[in-house]
Parts: sequence; C-alpha cells; structure tokens
Amino acid sequence: MSTTQFLFAGFGGQGILFAGKFTAYKGLIDNKHVSWLPSYGPEMRGGTANCSVIVSDDPVGSPIVTHPDVLVAMNLPSLDRYEDAVVPGGTIFVDSTLIERKVKRTDVTVKYIPATQLASENGLTTLANMIIMGSILQATGGYNEESVNAALAKVVSARHQDLLEFNKKALDIGAKY
Amino acid sequence: MIVFERPHALIDVPLHYCPGCTHGIVHRLVAEVIDELGIEGNTIGIAPVGCSVMAYNYFNCDMIEAAHGRAPAVATGVKRADPSKFVFTYQGDGDLASIGMAETVHAAARNENISIVFINNAIYGMTGGQMAPTSLPGQITQTSPYGRDPKLCGYPIKVCEMLSQVDGAEYLERVAVNNVKNIRNAKKAIKKAFQNQLDGKGFSLVEVISSCPTNWGLTPQNALKWIDEKMIPYYPLGVYKDRSAEEAAK
Amino acid sequence: MADKVLMKGNEAIAEAAITAGCRFYFGYPITPQTEIAAYMAKRMPKIGGTFLQAESEIAAINMVYGVASAGKRVMTSSSSPGISLKGEGISYMAGSDLPGLIVNVQRGGPGLGGIQPSQSDYFQATRGGGHGDYHLIVLAPASVQEMADLTIKGFELADKYRMMAMILADGTMGQMMEPVSLDFDIKPEPEKPWATTGTQMKRPHNIINSLSLVPEELEEQNFKRYEKYAEIAKNETMYEEYMMDDAEIAIAAFGIAARVSKNAVNEARKKGIKAGLIRPITLWPFPKEPFMKAADHVKQFISVELSMGQMIEDVELAEQCRRPVTLCNRAGGMIPSPEMVLAAIEEAAKNGGAL
Repeated sequence: MSTTQFLFAGFGGQGILFAGKFTAYKGLIDNKHVSWLPSYGPEMRGGTANCSVIVSDDPVGSPIVTHPDVLVAMNLPSLDRYEDAVVPGGTIFVDSTLIERKVKRTDVTVKYIPATQLASENGLTTLANMIIMGSILQATGGYNEESVNAALAKVVSARHQDLLEFNKKALDIGAKY
Repeated sequence: MIVFERPHALIDVPLHYCPGCTHGIVHRLVAEVIDELGIEGNTIGIAPVGCSVMAYNYFNCDMIEAAHGRAPAVATGVKRADPSKFVFTYQGDGDLASIGMAETVHAAARNENISIVFINNAIYGMTGGQMAPTSLPGQITQTSPYGRDPKLCGYPIKVCEMLSQVDGAEYLERVAVNNVKNIRNAKKAIKKAFQNQLDGKGFSLVEVISSCPTNWGLTPQNALKWIDEKMIPYYPLGVYKDRSAEEAAK
Repeated sequence: MADKVLMKGNEAIAEAAITAGCRFYFGYPITPQTEIAAYMAKRMPKIGGTFLQAESEIAAINMVYGVASAGKRVMTSSSSPGISLKGEGISYMAGSDLPGLIVNVQRGGPGLGGIQPSQSDYFQATRGGGHGDYHLIVLAPASVQEMADLTIKGFELADKYRMMAMILADGTMGQMMEPVSLDFDIKPEPEKPWATTGTQMKRPHNIINSLSLVPEELEEQNFKRYEKYAEIAKNETMYEEYMMDDAEIAIAAFGIAARVSKNAVNEARKKGIKAGLIRPITLWPFPKEPFMKAADHVKQFISVELSMGQMIEDVELAEQCRRPVTLCNRAGGMIPSPEMVLAAIEEAAKNGGAL
C-alpha cells in the first residue's frame, strides 16, 4: 500500500496545474485513488501557483499536501518556501534554468533539470513543465507509454490535440535527461 | 342584457383598499383586459409588498406573492420556466422604484417578456404614508414632515423617462386614473402591454398615476384634483417608448 | 475506476444538477464557486435549459423563487457573502414551502472576508440564515463524489418535503478534482399540484405566499412545518462513522475538516490511541444519535472546524454534555493540518480523556 504526495509549485503560466492534472489522470488510469487541489484566487494571475496531487492505493484522506514526497520547484520562491517541507527521503525536482541555487537538504534526492532551457532549445517553449514531468516518470518508474498517452489525451483539450506530439516529445526529453 | 358585471378574472370578495383609493379601478382594468384577451387560465400574476400585497386574493388567476421589490425577478423565473405562460407583476412605487430598482431596470435591460403594472401614488401607503421615491418636491409625508427637500433627500424618480433610455425595454406608457377619459386610456395601455407579451415583444410597463386620499390627507375628490394639479405636471402622461411602433415608422 | 472522470467539485455539482433534471440556474459571480456558473452557462443552452447571470444574488434567489413556484427543479449557487444576500429570498421560500437547491461554497468571513476555504457559515446554514422559524436541509459533502451525490439527494429531498436544501461545501471541495462517477438512478419528480402554472380554468387559483396576517393561522403553519422537520430528522439524517467501535477519543468533523481528521485518526491509531471520527453528512438535521451512543465509551470529543467553533455547540447538545468537547480549529481561510489534529488527539489521550 503506497501513497505518493506531489507538490507542484512555480509561477502562474508555467503549467503547474496542468502538470498536476496530468499526474492525477495518470494515477486514475493506473487504477489509483487520486486527488488534485490547486491554489486559487488572485495569486493565480502572474503570481505563484501550486497544486497538491495525491496518488494512492488507498482512498485519499486530506487532499492538502503539506509534506510532499515529490516537490517540483519551477522558481526560486517555490524552492525557498517548500524545501523544508519535503519528507526525509523525498525527491525534489528543480528547474535549474530558473533556480540558480542548490538544494540545502542532504536527506532528499535532488534532480536538477534545466527544463526551461531544454524547452526553448527544442522549440517547446511553455513545456518545461512536461520535461520535468518526463524526469519524474523516469525516476518513479511510471513511464508506461500506454498510460502516459492515455493521460495526455485526457489533459490536452480536444481542440489542441495537435499539441499531443509536442507534449510527448517534452516528456521524452525529460525522461532521457 | 347584462350592461355591467364584475370581470371573471376578479374574485368576488371585498377589497381592503381605503375609500377613494384607485387601486380598485386598476385591479378592475387589469381583470377586464385578462377577460378580453381570454388568458385567465394561462396567467400567473405577481403581487408586491405594499398596499396591493394581497392582490393575490383578488385575481382569479394563479398568483405569487413576492418579496419587496423582487417581483420582476420572480416574474423572470416564472416566465423562463414556461415562456408560454402569461406573467404580469403589479407593483407600487416604493416596491418598484426604490427597493426593487435593480430588478426593474435589469428586467427591462434583458427585455424580459413580462408586463408590469406600476402604481405611482407618490407615497408608501401600506406603512402609513412615508416618503416614496416618487414623492414630489415639497410633498409632506410622515418621513418628510417639512416637505420633501430635494437638497436633503434628492429628487423624485421618473420611471418611464429613465427606462426609456434602456435599450431592452419595448413599451413604456404613463397613464392616470383620475377621470373617465384617463381611465379609458389606462385600460388601452394595459391591454397593449399585455398584448405585447402575447406577441413576444418583450418588456412592457404601464405607470399608473394613482391617488392615495388617506395618506395625502385629502378627500377622494380633491385627491383626484391633486393628480391633475400636482402629479401630472411633474409626471407628464404619454407613451415614452414603443419600440415596435418606432421601428415600423422607420 | 476507469469509468470515472476527474472533475472539480464545483463542476460535479453542476453536472449532477443537470442529471437530476435541473434546467434552471441563476447566479452571480463570486469566488470560489464561479465554476458552477461557468459550467451551467456552457451546458444549459445546449440542453434547452436556462442559465441566467442575475443582476445580484438577491435577484438570483428571487428568480429561483419564480421557477420553484412554477414547479420546476431550480438551483442557485454562491459563496458566503452572496448567501447572506440570498437570505431574504431563502426565508420567503421557506415561508412559501418552495423546493429548490442552494449551494454555498464557503469562504472566510465575516464581511467580505477572504476567498480561502471556511466552514464559518455553519450557524447561518443550520439555523436557517434568514428571519423566522425555519430550516433548510443542509448537506455537507466531503469528496467530489459526494458533491455530485448530495446534489442529486438535495433535489430529491427538496421536492419530497417541499423545502430548500443546501449544499454546504467550502473552497477546497469546490476547487479540488477527484475521480467521480456520474452514473445515477434518478427517481421521477413528484407531481406538484400546488404550483402556479395557470388554472386552465379547471381548478381554483393557486397562491404561492408567505404572508399570513392572522397570528393563529401563522402559528399553525409554523407548527405544521416543524412536524415536517421532525419527520425529516427521523428519516433523513446521514452520517459516517470511522473507527468508532472502540474509540476513546472521537473527532467530530464535516467536509474538508473530516478529510484532514481521518488522516489524524489513522496516525493516532498507529500510535496506539483509540481515536475515531463521526462525520455528519446532514448538518441539519444534525445526527445526534451517534454522539449519544459514543458518549458511552468515548472519553472526550474534539470538534475540528474551519471556524471559531460553531458545530461544537451541536456536538455538546447531541451528547448532552456527558463528555467534554474541545475545539481544534483554524479560521479565516486556514485549514487545520493532520498534525494539528493529531496533537489535539494526543493531548486528549494524555489527559486520559478527562479535562
């Protein structure tokens, strides 16, 4: 019986909620119990955004993630704010293009991915979130192509299905980084 | 041959209105129009809060009693629930032009296909004669004992003039019920407002200048005179908007 | 779980309402429930329904009054300050015995307050909220699935008893996404011979009205309404018990507070503390029985709330003060953490449950 608590954090516009939704949908497709809880309100407009995602074998209790197993920090304020909250033995994924400093904790695993840079080099601007997502899937052994594709189909809206391939490419870059 | 009888749409019960009050006349006009259009069985009327609060006991059609000022919103709900029904509200000046101003203006703005009979007697009658949004400058009431001072409490609201600026409104007319000729015109206006709804033309309001001898402190006869001398000069009678007619003329 | 879809709580309410046959929605924008209006704006025109953005919450509830008078299923939704504005219309609907559904996705108050989750409208909801003697059936979902389930239930109860039902949720419940199944068995709507749909010249006129100037008659109406309320309390009370069989410390919590508390109960059990949870699903009628029963073996109750302590009074009344009840709360848009609730449980256990 396992539970993974994710906290995605960054600027509004970085696709924080989208990455969270993808994670939740993938969990649902993998027959897990899931919850997705965004921060909401004025802070969403250009300020910080975060969302809590829980993927579990058991029914989800509180949907609020205060001590994430996995923290995705896509800007410095997010790392500053949540670094200490990560459970010992947890993992922090850092967009090292936007965050210059290193993680201070020594009891967690850290993945530095220059996601924003990789995204722009590959013509995938706005998909840094999915590059990090690819890295998470790789690290957590969740890169099952079938469920990844099914989850993508759910979160990429019907009128933007042409973006599916870009998302897949971003996941692939992240997974191989 | 029957020369005169009670309209079917008016229930045969004593009205609670004061002697000389013109609510009874307007009730009768509304009921006659309902009879003439043959719509009683398909009509839902909405009573206000004010002197005509118990209008639901007087009209033979289905009736709803609304909260103070909210009749146009309630009418919106009823009409939207089944647009094939005929829906009218009957409201006083405090109800329509003070507490229910937002509901009135927005129902007009939406061109809700409803008909409103608006009684303007420049006073709150039910609560005993307080200043209304339509009380005249200088008018003495319980809450303007030295006469309505516009510097202190503003000017009366001219509902037809104001609503004529609202694009959504279809038909606005001001009438009076202080003499036979005016009463005949009032009935014509009410009938047109009701027919407009049946024709799907939208928001129609008839403002009826009425008397309140009790709270004006006048005899019924002098109250009718006061309408001619004071009310009508401030609130000129006439059609303020008739969109269909205007469009046809173009 | 493959047949489930991920939905926000607010959207689940909207979709469930449509499934329940509601074709009339009136609202006014306010965070954190606007998704309901947005969802209805999109869906209603496609299914022959009516979505109307009213000029105010006051107008919206009165449009609800109109549709309810016409005998159709109808709803409105808002958040705390907007519900206060609807208070007048809610009272009139209670006085006119009109059915309908109101959703309150609560935010912190008083006044304009904030926009973060809260449960501080508990008193307002469970005591009626407006003037006069009346109640609403108050349903408190604790998951997105329940947001949908209780919406359906709300419409059914409202029609069955000819009164308003309220979904009392909070910002978290409205904004979170969880898998939800929208496969419902909808009971046919009851006949409404009292509705104002036109006499068709075949029956005496119907009157929808809350005015009653003869005190004897108004008293009689109130007595009758309260007989109905007693029947509802007997038949429709809902709650969930979690690990209550041998519990010595019992949490009372609803909605998001119950979700947080469940985590704390699990952690307490791991530490050998016999903790349990009673989760009222109907806040009115309040489930008194499980509290009375629990008082036989529970040493202390803890009411966990996102308010300054409102439900705690009902807990005390329910167990008739046989055991102490303490409060574990955050307010103003803050949410108690499982750690905070666990600490309260441990404190209670340390004191042997006695104060």
